[in-house]
Formats: sequence, structure tokens, C-alpha cells
Amino acid sequence: MDLTTIWFLLIAVLFTGYFILEGFDFGVGMLLPVLGRDDRERRVLINTIGPVWDGNEVWLITAGGAMFAAFPEWYATLFSGFYLPLLLILLALIARGVAFEYRHKRPEASWKRRWDTAIVVGSLLPAILWGVAFANILRGVPLDADHEYVGGLLDLLNPYALLGGATTLALFLTHGAVFLALKTTGDIRERAGALAVRLGVGAAVLAVGFLTWTLTIRSSAAAVVLAVGAALALLGGLAAAKVRREGWAFTGTAVAIGLAVATLFAALFPNVLPSTLDAAGTLTATNAASTPYTLKIMTWVAVIFTPVVLAYQGWTYWVFRKRIGVANIPQH
Amino acid sequence: MDALDVARWQFGVTTVYHFLFVPLTIGLSVLVAILQTMWHRTGNERYLKLTKFYGKLFLINFAMGVVTGIVQEFQFGMNWSDYSRFVGDIFGAPLAIEALVAFFLESTFIGLWIFGWDRLPKRAHLASIWAAAIGTNLSAYFILAANSFMQNPVGYRINPDSGRAELTDFVAVLTNKVALITFPHTLAGSFLVAGSLVVAVGLYHVIRSRDSADTGAYRFATKFGSWVVLVASAAVLFTGDIQGKIMTDVQPMKMAAAEGLYTTESPASFSVLTIGSLDGSREVFALKIPYLLSYLGTGDPNGTVHGINDLQAQYATQYGAGSYTPIIPVTYWSFRFMIAFGMAAGAIALLVLWSQRKGRTPSSKWLLRAGLAMPVLPLLANSFGWIFTEMGRQPWIVFGEMLTRNGVSRSVSLTEVLTSFTAFTLIYATLAVIEVKLLLRYAKAGVPDVSEEHPIDDTHDDAERPLAFAY
Ligand code: HDD
Ligand code: HEM
Ligand code: HEM
Repeated sequence: MDLTTIWFLLIAVLFTGYFILEGFDFGVGMLLPVLGRDDRERRVLINTIGPVWDGNEVWLITAGGAMFAAFPEWYATLFSGFYLPLLLILLALIARGVAFEYRHKRPEASWKRRWDTAIVVGSLLPAILWGVAFANILRGVPLDADHEYVGGLLDLLNPYALLGGATTLALFLTHGAVFLALKTTGDIRERAGALAVRLGVGAAVLAVGFLTWTLTIRSSAAAVVLAVGAALALLGGLAAAKVRREGWAFTGTAVAIGLAVATLFAALFPNVLPSTLDAAGTLTATNAASTPYTLKIMTWVAVIFTPVVLAYQGWTYWVFRKRIGVANIPQH
Repeated sequence: MDALDVARWQFGVTTVYHFLFVPLTIGLSVLVAILQTMWHRTGNERYLKLTKFYGKLFLINFAMGVVTGIVQEFQFGMNWSDYSRFVGDIFGAPLAIEALVAFFLESTFIGLWIFGWDRLPKRAHLASIWAAAIGTNLSAYFILAANSFMQNPVGYRINPDSGRAELTDFVAVLTNKVALITFPHTLAGSFLVAGSLVVAVGLYHVIRSRDSADTGAYRFATKFGSWVVLVASAAVLFTGDIQGKIMTDVQPMKMAAAEGLYTTESPASFSVLTIGSLDGSREVFALKIPYLLSYLGTGDPNGTVHGINDLQAQYATQYGAGSYTPIIPVTYWSFRFMIAFGMAAGAIALLVLWSQRKGRTPSSKWLLRAGLAMPVLPLLANSFGWIFTEMGRQPWIVFGEMLTRNGVSRSVSLTEVLTSFTAFTLIYATLAVIEVKLLLRYAKAGVPDVSEEHPIDDTHDDAERPLAFAY
């Protein structure tokens, strides 16, 4: 396998990891007003992701950095072309990140209410916009022969992309509810479990629709297999959620999101950003790539450090494995 | 005003803003780790209180550093896409490595440290804050190596077919002489900020609540912080001196611009203050130290320092017609402000130590005021240092290889950049007010009561026990 393919795979892995991990963070954030009836319950929800959300977000930062290093053309064209959606994502991530840290820093109800809004909106916007962005990558965007984006904002808001946004939104909501059922005790756990099943049905319909549409736009044998796998995993997860096997339910939604993202990358390959105009404008894993020398160095770094990162992030989840409930929330 | 100007303003504003939080994160993470280690070693509760107290201030600041950092990483692609295309082969690698090696370490272990007080054995908990501190300081190295490439490109070639810069020697990029000296200089500047904050908060409590049970802890903090500031001041001077020589060597125009030196001089004198027109046509008042500039720039009191006019003429022949001169008043004043504000913090630290000699308790209102100003001074020094470094490089984005105006995104319209610039400015201004208020609130609240801390206890079922820390 040549280095550009390896790096295409690594970028796919990083985004897969990002959406699995931050997917449930976003879900928890959006469900804050739904499952958290009072301040203590909302604190239970937030504390299920408290120790890990920042580490999860670094998957995005690493994916961005790796894209810059391995496929500078892809990074440059994509980030400048999707300017306004990315701006919204950034603003959302800013508000949300600060909100987790600052929400409990003052006792006033109005203070908390404002940060709660920041968490909800800050989780909702990226949950939708990432779907919109990835759908547009799959569908292709107007790029000229210099690989410059020549479309406008409205080009990004086509029906297929909006379906993509609805799909990620529904998937992350389900994933978040399943995660909460796994990580909490008592009443919240019951409500989260019940909600997960209801949300999951909607997510399954949207996901099957979106993946099918995707495969009519571009496809490969691998993509079809992965898409079927994603659908099966989601159904399995929902069945497990229904009988309250929470560990299996979470495994199911995590695998479903992972395989769905993998489907998109498998369908995309060897392109990284197709042009809807001139074929010469299309960016591929080859014409967007860095030099073999840079890729070789980056490969060594990734081979050495990725296992280390996985080990200590995994350990963090182990340290904070206990369920929490209202009784565990301190008074102040 | 065109999209380029706004993109530049946006980059400048968001980066300087990011770097208001960065120095505290870099310095305070280590200082908190040291305090916790002292508690671990001695078992003295005073150090535990200080760890938790400064730890809280550290976290309030850390959150802002994280969220503003993401903007920085995305901004290269969003606003400087032609620059990203040009240098991606070289510049992307340190950025990606920074994320994989440093940011994961920092963010994961900070999470473990915040929430791990009752979940981890004491040793592992202590190791977590050290891991986070190491991650933070490592991250600085990689990003500064990336920035140093822009100041002094090394280890690359220009591909004649694509016109892009390509990496030929990664070790050369990581051991760029500019990176090797910028890193300790920036770290020293960061410890200056962190030490100053420790002093300011400690001194406030020493003077305000003279006979409380915790006065001992605050006195200790004040002295500890002052020593950090003094050592950091010395380090900043020492490294800054070396930096000046390297800068004269690789970017002579920047040195000339720092001094507003128009004609080549040997020996050259350092201008402490020049009032007059900075275009060099008229000098109203000037205070100069003979030989100093020659020494700063070359290490030899009689060395030759090139002037702006000569360098401009030389660059015009080398790179083609155009202006290669940065905005002189900006470089001239930012260089001076950097040194003056930074050194002022060091001077105040000396006063603070003096006021506590032989167990005395300081009480002067003036000292308190000076102490409270302390953290602001090195923050300003850091910002001016960056403004000097970055604006002194202009008109280049990569020195000698790419002009800033050629690096901007062509597909991003003026409306789009104006939108983002306005949005960032508004949200950043709002958050600044909130963050400062929170910091003051928690700084005033003083050290926490740690008497009811229960040690980790695995034998006993803790399903009902409150978490030691919760959001
Ligand atoms: C000298 C040090 C230094 C410099 C020049 C910069 N940063 Fe920074 N950055 C840090 C030192 C740092 C840090 C101390 O490591 C931070 C501050 C707070 C934190 O969490 O880590 C950080 C945070 C931080 C984060 C969030 C990491 C997380 O989620 O944990 C990102 C993505 C960046 N930075 C990226 C950048 C980029 C692209 C820069 C170039 C313009 C930049 N930083 C300048
Ligand atoms: C690796 C780190 C950094 C990189 C890669 C970098 C790169 C850049 C780029 C691309 C620009 C825009 C082009 C320009 O107008 O010059 C810029 C400008 C600027 N940067 Fe940096 N920068 C870095 C760190 C910093 C930091 C930490 C600060 C200060 C806190 C800073 C302060 C500025 C300022 C004030 C400008 C505006 C200068 C101007 O527009 O004339 N930079 N830098
Ligand atoms: C006292 C507090 C000081 C602080 C907080 C401070 C901070 C900074 C910062 C943040 C930068 C930009 C990053 C970098 O290039 O390292 C910088 C650049 C620089 N500093 Fe300082 N500095 C201080 C004192 C000094 C002193 C005393 C000198 C000289 C004797 C000095 C010489 C320089 C030089 C020459 C540069 C530019 C390097 C370049 O662009 O190549 N600094 N400073």
C-alpha cells in the first residue's frame, strides 16, 4: 500500500474516532434540557462526559493537523471553501467548551441557564453541520482547475447535504442517550434508555436513507459492505437498548457510527474532494498529498504515538467507569 | 479595506488573544505540579491548599486557551489557504505532531487530574498533573518550530514544477536555530506571567487578611512566585540577548526596524527613547547608549549593524521592486514595550521579596498596587514580543519565500472575513469579561478548606458518596 493510501486511511480513522467519541458528547449536550429536569440532574449528565470531552475533541484537532500535514491541498481547499459552516462550528465549540468549565463556577440560576443554552446550541450546531460538510465532500463541490472553491454558501445547502445533517444529528442524539443510559443510575438511566429507543428508530430511518443516497452518488464494493454493516450494527444496538443491555447498546451505536463514517470514506476514495465542474479540479489522495518524505516521517510518528494515546485514553475511560447519579453530585 | 487586511487583523487579534491564556497555562501547570509535589513529599496541608487554589485559577484560564487554540489551527486553512498549500509539506507536520504527541497528553491528563482526586491513587494523581504540564510545554515546542520556519526557513527546497516548498530535512526544521532560542525565550516569558500571578494573588491575601490561619500559606506563595519571576527575568534577558544576535543574522531588517536605524552604523548605539519623526528625517530628542546595539546584534561592541535603507535596496535587487520594510513605529515601540514591561515585573518581584525579608509582613498600599499590576505587565510584554516578531517579519509570511499578501485565501470574500472577524471579536470580548470576573472572584475567595477531604477508600461502597469534584 502506498503512503498516500495509508494516510487517507489514517485520516478516515481519526474522523471515525472523532465522531464516535464526540458524537456522544454532542448527544449528551443536546439532551441536557430533555433528560435533565433540574440542576442536579443536569449536573449528572454533564459529569458523565466531564473528564473526557476535551480529550475527545483533540481527535478533531489531530484530524485537522494530519490533513494539513498529509494533504495540504485538501486542507486548504476544504477549510477555505466551507468557510461559514466551519466558522459556525468553531463558535459553537468555543461556547460549549467554556460552558462545561464555567457553568458550575457561580451559584445563580440565571448564570447556569445561560451556559446550559451554550452547551445545547454548541452541541446542536456541530452535530448538524458535520453531516452537512461530509455530505458535500461526498457529493462534490464546484472547484476550478486551481482547486479553488468557486461556489457560494447556498451550494452547500442542497437536499442531500441537509439529509446528511439530519442523519448525524439523529445518530448523535441516539448515541448520547445510549451513553447516558450506560453511565447513570436511577431515574435518569430509565428515561435515557427509553428515549434512546425512540430516537434510534428515527436515526435508523435517516441513516439508511442517507447511506443509500450516498451509494447512488459514488460507491465501491467496500462501501456497500460497510454501509450494510452500519445498518446492522445500529439495529443490533437498538435491540439491545430495548432490552436494556446498555453495554451492548452502546457498542452497537458506536460501531454503527464508525462504520457509517467508514462508508463515506470508502465511497470517496481515491478522491478526497471531487469537483462538480471540471474534472481537473478534483482533488485526489494523490494530487492533494504531501511528498513521500513528509508522509514517511508522519507515518513513523503515528505508528509510535497512536498506540500510546489509545492506551492512556482507554485508561481514562476505565478510571471513570462508574455510573453516577444524583446522589454523587456534591452540594456546591 | 480588502479581504487581505481583514484576514490579517483577524489573525493578529485571535493569536494575541490565544497567547493571553497560553503563558499562564504553560507556567502555572508546572507551578501547580510543583506545589502538589511538595504536598506529596511533606504532607503539609498548606501545599495542598495552594495546589487546589492555584489549580482552580489554572483551570479557569486553561478552558480559554483550549477553545481559542482550535480557532488558530483552523484559521490557516480558512484564511491562509495559499499559504497552507505553499508550506503544508513542512508546516503541517509539526502541527499534527503537536496534536498527537502533546494535545492528547495535555487534555487527557488534565481531565484525570480535575476529576481524579478521589478516583486515582495519590501518586497516579500527581503524575497526571505532571503529564499535563509536560504536554503543555511540549506543545509549545512544536508550534514554535513551525513558527520559526516562517522566520527562518530551513530544511526545504522549492519544487520547480509546483512552486511549493518541500521538506528535505525534518531534523533541520526541528533544530532551526530560531526555534531553539525562541522556545526557551517564550517559556521564560510564560513563567514570568505565571509567577507574577502567584505573587499578585498571594500578596493580596497577605496584606488584606494579615492574621488569618492561612497567612503562612500566602506568604510562602508570594515568595515562591517572586523567585520564579526573578529566575524567569534572568532567563528572558539571557535568551533575548541570544535571540537578538540570531535575528540580526537571519532577519537583519527586523533588527534595523526594531531600532529605527536607517543608515548602517558601526559601532551602533541603542536608542532607549527617540522622540521625533520615526522616518529618520528629524530627531527631536534621543537617549542613546553607545555601542549597545552593536553588542546586542553582533556580540561585538564595534560590530556593524545594517540600516533599513541599505537593506531595502539590497532586497529590492534580490527579490524585485517593492517595499521590504515593516511598519517602523510598530516594531520600534513593541520591542521596547516588551523589554520594559517584562523587566518591570522582575523589579516588583524584588520589592516584594525585600518587603518580606526576615519574616516581616508587608503592609504598604503601594506595594499591594504594584503587586496587583504584576500579572498584567508580563502579559503585555508577551503580546508585544509577538507583535514585534510577527510584524517585524512583514511583508513576508515566510521570510524570503512568500509575501503575506500571496498567502491569503482567494476564495474567501470580504463579507465572509468581516463576518468571522466580527463574530470572533464579539465572542472573545464577551468571554474576556467573564473570565476576568471569574478569576477575580476565585482569587479573592482564597484557599479552600481541605479538612474534610477523605482519602481514597476502595473497601467501602461509594455509590452514594459525592464526587470529590464535579462540574
Ligand atoms: C508557545 C506556545 C504556543 C503558541 C505559539 C501557540 N499555542 Fe496553541 N496552545 C498552547 C501553546 C501555544 C498551549 C499552552 O499548549 C495551549 C494553551 C491552553 C491549552 O490548553 O494548551 C494551547 C492550546 C491550543 C489548542 C487546543 C488544544 C486542546 O484542545 O487541548 C490548539 C488547537 C492550538 N493551541 C493550536 C495553536 C495554533 C494553530 C497556533 C499558531 C498560531 C498556536 N496554537 C499558538
Ligand atoms: C506557530 C505560531 C504562529 C504562526 C504560524 C503564525 C503565523 C502568522 C500568520 C499566518 C499571520 C498572518 C499574516 C500576517 O498578517 O502576517 C500572522 C500574523 C500575526 N501574528 Fe503570528 N503566528 C504564530 C504565532 C503568533 C503568536 C503566538 C502571536 C501573538 C500572540 C502572533 C501574533 C501575530 C500578529 C500580531 C500578527 C499580525 C501581523 C500583521 O498582520 O502584520 N503570532 N502570524
Ligand atoms: C522581559 C520579558 C520579555 C518577554 C515576556 C518577552 C517575550 C517575547 C515573546 C513572546 C516573543 C515572541 C516569540 C519569540 O520569538 O520568542 C519575543 C521575541 C523577542 N524577544 Fe522578547 N521578551 C522579553 C524580554 C526580552 C529581552 C530582555 C530581550 C533582549 C535583550 C528580548 C529579545 C527578543 C527578541 C530579539 C525577539 C524577536 C525574535 C525574532 O523575531 O526572531 N526579549 N519576546
